[in-house]
Amino acid sequence: MIRDITIGQYYPAKSILHRLDPRVKLTATVLYLISLFLFKNISGYLIATVFLAVMIRLSKVPFKYIMRGMKPIIMLLMITLLFNLFLIKEGAVIFSAWIFTITEGGLRNAVLMAVRLIYLITGSSLMTLTTTPNELTDGLESLLKPLGRLRVPVHEIAMMMSIALRFIPILLEETDKIMKAQIARGADLESGNILQKARSMIPILVPLFVSAFRRANDLAMAMEARCYRGGEGRTKMNPLKYAGRDQAAYVIVILYVAGVVLIGRYVPLHIWIF
Amino acid sequence: MERMVQTEDLIFEYAKRDEEGNVIGAYRAIDQVNLEVEEGQFIAILGHNGSGKSTLAKHINAILVPTEGTVWVGGRNTSDARELWNVRQSAGMVFQNPDNQIIGTVVEEDVGFGPENLGVPTDDIWKRVEESLKAVGMISYRHHSPNKLSGGQKQRVAIAGVIAMRPKCIVLDEPTAMLDPNGRKEVLRTIEELRKQEKVTVILITHYMEEVIDADHVFVMDHGHVVMEGTPREIFSQMDMLKRYRLDVPQVTILADELRKRGLDIPAGILRKEELVEAICRLR
Amino acid sequence: MSIKIEHLNYIYSQGTAYEKQALKDICLEIPHGEFVGIIGHTGSGKSTLIQHLNGLIKATDGALYYNGENIYSGNYNMKELRNQVGLVFQYPEHQLFEVDVLSDVCFGPKNQGLSKEECEERAKEALRLVGLKEKYYKFSPFELSGGQKRRAAIAGVLAMRPKVLILDEPTAGLDPKGRDEILDQIAYLHRESDMTVILVSHSMEDIAKYADQIIVMNQGQVMFNSTPKEVFSHYKELEEVGLAAPQVTYIMHELAEKGLDVNTGATTVKEAADSIMEVFGND
Repeated sequence: MIRDITIGQYYPAKSILHRLDPRVKLTATVLYLISLFLFKNISGYLIATVFLAVMIRLSKVPFKYIMRGMKPIIMLLMITLLFNLFLIKEGAVIFSAWIFTITEGGLRNAVLMAVRLIYLITGSSLMTLTTTPNELTDGLESLLKPLGRLRVPVHEIAMMMSIALRFIPILLEETDKIMKAQIARGADLESGNILQKARSMIPILVPLFVSAFRRANDLAMAMEARCYRGGEGRTKMNPLKYAGRDQAAYVIVILYVAGVVLIGRYVPLHIWIF
Repeated sequence: MERMVQTEDLIFEYAKRDEEGNVIGAYRAIDQVNLEVEEGQFIAILGHNGSGKSTLAKHINAILVPTEGTVWVGGRNTSDARELWNVRQSAGMVFQNPDNQIIGTVVEEDVGFGPENLGVPTDDIWKRVEESLKAVGMISYRHHSPNKLSGGQKQRVAIAGVIAMRPKCIVLDEPTAMLDPNGRKEVLRTIEELRKQEKVTVILITHYMEEVIDADHVFVMDHGHVVMEGTPREIFSQMDMLKRYRLDVPQVTILADELRKRGLDIPAGILRKEELVEAICRLR
Repeated sequence: MSIKIEHLNYIYSQGTAYEKQALKDICLEIPHGEFVGIIGHTGSGKSTLIQHLNGLIKATDGALYYNGENIYSGNYNMKELRNQVGLVFQYPEHQLFEVDVLSDVCFGPKNQGLSKEECEERAKEALRLVGLKEKYYKFSPFELSGGQKRRAAIAGVLAMRPKVLILDEPTAGLDPKGRDEILDQIAYLHRESDMTVILVSHSMEDIAKYADQIIVMNQGQVMFNSTPKEVFSHYKELEEVGLAAPQVTYIMHELAEKGLDVNTGATTVKEAADSIMEVFGND
């Protein structure tokens, strides 16, 4: 069911990751994502895996919950996997039947790419799982502040992001409801070719947009009624202050990145074809 | 007693536009409304959908400003742009749809949104958040996600978000219209507590007659006009008039009226079950 | 169409941490042509139950018979079932999407595979039934008032000519007059056609006024299933689960306690007034 999409939804818990300054988490996430592309050797993957596993453990978010969030991207994952598997042809042939040929290189690339993708998404969702959208906004706003001098509306962008995150589950539930209502009126959402399928989405998308605009309108009014007037003159309920643990976290992340890049590049490790 | 809200010949017109967005006329949503609300009063504004009651409510919070006439809130003219934020701070507003007015993704963050906008110092915000959540009985939910709350609980959080701004007056625009009976009871109980504990002025906009029984003064709106005003008893005793304005009275009042029409000696404007039972027993 | 439900269970998100039994061992019978009211507070399972009735949710186990045929048997035609069982969701106006009211109401019949003329004929008939004037047919649904939108949306389901009409709180958010108008229209429809009507509502007063049979849901189970009079005689038990009987029922009980010989089974104003007048000599 569409409601089960949990990717990116804050998961309340009391863990060291939850307590970290959002700026640390944002920076660490970006660094982690980049690090995934800076090594080739299997040893690098091992370190990245261990690092991620430790973080998941520290976050106290149940592993099952994180995995459930992966469901919507399974299709994407499969496509990447299949593309790499069948289209890359290098090294010895492992399997061949009719037009399908799987080579060692193809298999290697497919698996490694899939692993990267999974880590990419797990890593970033771990951040949103442990950071409330408000913290996230504050963190982003603070990190991007230098851009404000270039007239980039940093506060506004951050506010929009946080509102978007708050309304995702509401709109998903709404989509579910509208779909059911149209199915009850005999709408056929499953059969037909792509064009027909796209057409059959109109009865769902139009009401969804109408509702999203209505909500946006209501929300804007509610915000104004509560004296919202942009970032100026605003105080913070949770002003960002670095604590000892945040500095420690920065050090750990930098050590990790240095380690994974160095080891992943210069310490070859071979397991079967990898 | 000081005057909390006063409107003087208030007129509000929506521009009617054609498909290109050119103004082709005006629709008068509020027409010559004069009303006065004293500090500490509990005021109810009744009216069917489209009667102009919500438009009126939005004037008290300066979301809308009069096309003609004046609205004074705590002695401030809402049309004066310099007073805008003071007006909005002194008259808080709770809206109908519980989902569309909660900004925060955690209950306490949402309650802190208003004080943050007012520039209240951090320590003070936390104090206010705690007090407000206690006042609406939602303190144990402070770390919850609003999405996991019931409709009634969401509205209580919205009310806490308003009282955290320390307003003198709270305007509630059909706060129970989208709730089930338990949610409605919850919200009404909260409003009653607030009136008693915090001594704020309450302006309740609704079309549920049962909710206005305790009001000090009731205004009934129709087509942008105030068509009836008085105490709940005075209003409820005019059942036929209310019907004409697409409103209803509680079942007790209907039964009392029916019995009186059939010749029993029962006073007009019965509001509560106990009153009717007593009135009938007296006939023996 | 007669409806029969046997030992129906439904479990949400089975096998996950969020597993929850939403319906427990439901057994019900609804004869053809009845006006049935379903009450229960939010989370009692009433919305889940009605979604089973037109196959939007499939039961975890149990059986659901329409005219004696189990809809969970392998070759049952679900699409045909949805043609016969119309479901009006809460705030149905949120599903309007077409350029004008008439086309929107045609959406259902069009999905049934009818010709354009036939669709329009049915749509117009449905719009007449809900009392929406002809001048609105070419309006965009978004230009209508709240009450009119609601009617248009209900017409969208009626145009499919269902034999069973299920309405989930059709009056939520409407003003008192709008509420009475919609309910009176539904009652009229029920009288004029031989439709089975199932009305979900929070208002005991409304249910008492219109329904022949009341089903009370609580925590996923059927708590009561009987006539209004019988159900509301359990007003104390209803209160324990956060529900209530109509106001008049309380008044009659209180009068009886004070020693007046009134009919405590009265559930509507008329019944109550009749009974009180009898005590005081009807003259």
